[in-house]
Amino acid sequence: MTLTLRYFAWLRERVGAPTETVETAAGTVAELVDDLRAREERYALAFADLRAVRVALDQELADLAAPLGGVREVAFFPPMTGG
Amino acid sequence: MIVRVQREDFDLGAELAALRAGRTDMGALVSFSGLVRDGGGLAAIELEHYPGMTEKALAAIADEAEARWSLGVCLVVHRYGRLEPGEQIMMVATGAAHRQAAFEAAEFLMDYLKSRAPFWKKEEAGGAARWVDAREEDEAALRRWG
Repeated sequence: MTLTLRYFAWLRERVGAPTETVETAAGTVAELVDDLRAREERYALAFADLRAVRVALDQELADLAAPLGGVREVAFFPPMTGG
Repeated sequence: MIVRVQREDFDLGAELAALRAGRTDMGALVSFSGLVRDGGGLAAIELEHYPGMTEKALAAIADEAEARWSLGVCLVVHRYGRLEPGEQIMMVATGAAHRQAAFEAAEFLMDYLKSRAPFWKKEEAGGAARWVDAREEDEAALRRWG
């Protein structure tokens, strides 16, 4: 499956790119994170503390257990600080 | 419901004037504007957002406010980019027949958009920059709305 990944705030800085396209066999967000962590050190650093990571699937908030079937865009970011 | 995400500043007075123009059904118009506060040595903040999701998330929050209260108008304007101390960051405005609904809906919008709209603040001070941490109080503030 091909996914567009997007990163924001300090996750973007740690990964070193705002967006990228990846091929993965991951079935859930948590499996995708494990897949990325195993690829390169920068992902292991970005995803070191998952309590500080939020995720959106096709621009809707989701959680780590969420399935990736039919999803095109996965975004990772820290807790939001708007307002 | 009107939602705008923009880099440029806004005119709070002009926004409120436009919301009440021609309206005779609203007895209350509440507004809140958030400003960049310098707690000591702040040069600027940089507000990052998630184009596309930001507009959807703000619209969903405004939809929820309109479902909970009978509102005549509901406006959310949120800026992004580099903002200096004293500048306006965002505003909400809610109009209703009576003030209680307008006040409550404005508070609801603020509580939700602080931790459910995809914005992230970075503070620049003394030549260094750091991402602002989310506050536990902001998450706790959502619980009172059930």
